[in-house]
Amino acid sequence: MTDAAIARTGPDHRAAFRAATFADVLRSEWTKLRSVRSTFWALTATVVLGIGLGAAISAATAHGYAKFSASGKLSWDPTGYSQAGVAIASLAIVVLGVLCISSEYSSGMIRTSLIAVPKRGRVLAAKSLVFAGVTFVVGEVTCFVAFFVGQALISGHAPHAALGDPGVARAVAGGGLYLAALAVLSVAAGALLRHPAAAIASMIAVLLVLPGIAQALPDSWRNPVTEFWPTQAGTQLTSVYHSAHTLQPWPGFVVMCLFVVIVYAIAWTLLDRRDA
Amino acid sequence: MIEARNLVKRYGSTVAVNDLSFSIRPGMVTGFLGPNGAGKTTTMRMILGLDAPTQGSVTVDGRSYRDLPAPMREVGALLDAKALHGGRRARDHLLCLAQSNGIPRSRVDEVLRIVGLEAVARRRTKGFSLGMGQRLGIASALLGDPAVLIFDEPVNGLDPDGIHWVRTLMRELAAEGRIVLVSSHLMSEMAVTADHLLVIGKGRLIADTSVDEFVRSSSQQSVHVRSPQAAELAARCREAGATVRASLEEAFMGLTRDSVEYQAAGATP
Repeated sequence: MTDAAIARTGPDHRAAFRAATFADVLRSEWTKLRSVRSTFWALTATVVLGIGLGAAISAATAHGYAKFSASGKLSWDPTGYSQAGVAIASLAIVVLGVLCISSEYSSGMIRTSLIAVPKRGRVLAAKSLVFAGVTFVVGEVTCFVAFFVGQALISGHAPHAALGDPGVARAVAGGGLYLAALAVLSVAAGALLRHPAAAIASMIAVLLVLPGIAQALPDSWRNPVTEFWPTQAGTQLTSVYHSAHTLQPWPGFVVMCLFVVIVYAIAWTLLDRRDA
Repeated sequence: MIEARNLVKRYGSTVAVNDLSFSIRPGMVTGFLGPNGAGKTTTMRMILGLDAPTQGSVTVDGRSYRDLPAPMREVGALLDAKALHGGRRARDHLLCLAQSNGIPRSRVDEVLRIVGLEAVARRRTKGFSLGMGQRLGIASALLGDPAVLIFDEPVNGLDPDGIHWVRTLMRELAAEGRIVLVSSHLMSEMAVTADHLLVIGKGRLIADTSVDEFVRSSSQQSVHVRSPQAAELAARCREAGATVRASLEEAFMGLTRDSVEYQAAGATP
């Protein structure tokens, strides 16, 4: 079994090899992401939940439109109904984002990865970039398909939206951007907390539990929380109508991105300093 | 050359590695020998940049590991055969590592052939035995055709055939002029694999010597005797003025007796 061909050229050719680059690490992370089955299932769940739930909610509300009160008809939001599945689909993105780095900690793969790429910041950056890129593409496809399916189900029963209507194209396209930002946040949270369960629980707390608790607070507390809570602020980008005590779409998304940058910076610092 | 200068690693109040200095030269197999918990793995983790030394430094060819421009082409390492994602196919595991250092795809198939895992290249590693895992770990260490190879307990879990294969591989790699550092807690393993020994206990360097020298100094002029009446033979030999040791194993245990971390009560006379 030990043939003579261990070396291609022997260890004396060392001047010939080139330095590893960030592009190499990107290719490596792409291979990692596509070579495990959880990626396929989580992205399938994102697409199916995003389109399916949006379609179901669009159809159900459209059929009830005739019975809506006048004020209910005033707040009629056909784009919003077709995009309703995105909030649930985002949970699949969160789980996959957390797992793509924390599963390396639970399996021990992280040590192999960091021996291969000891410039640790590159591993985190490449992982975040590859996963955010994939999420962005899948997210945009999901949001646009959900929009067209939803509007097709609504039309004929109730007023429907078109991409040319004010704010609609921005809201639908914003879904992919919001998911991409959430993807980076999830990878950073996974790197920061290292345990899959802890990181997923924290992300769900940030996304759902803490904003829910804020609803029970008095107005003077609740309004600034609703306005500036990063993930709440980020979703303003995906909404056509502006409601009270929320930021405008782009400023809201900027607030979310700032939060992502802060969490990412902490994750990067700790990854660099901690023993692996 | 791997060079450690006054390496210290503390975890809280535990001192895992205590003022360790050594240099490892190419062209021979260097055995890193010590009982469990002596600090072998911690030292290797510091060489590979996974753990930061509390004090001191360790360099590969004069540079700290994190500063190597293409680490896998300079150093190949097997620390833990289970350090991989079980859901990934063996070939994809090697491919993502190769890509991270710009190593061509063709080299993946080459190393799979060298370690004899071609037949299972498309299987997910979850189902691999410990021995197959060790072979895959060795394959990843060989990917970059590096001049420095570091193996932590590489024969663990291998069958006799596999053990023989690993020993031969180490010797071949060293004969090609590479640095080969192999850790083990078994003196008998080191006696047949290594040319040079670094013996550590409780994080301290106990001996830095050739295997021949180590065996000679520990056993003086010795003859290996097997006998069904070993006890009686030993008594007679002692009467005649000879020193009787049970084995090389004992030479090693004698040297590290004071530095074994977990000692069973009454296990040693």
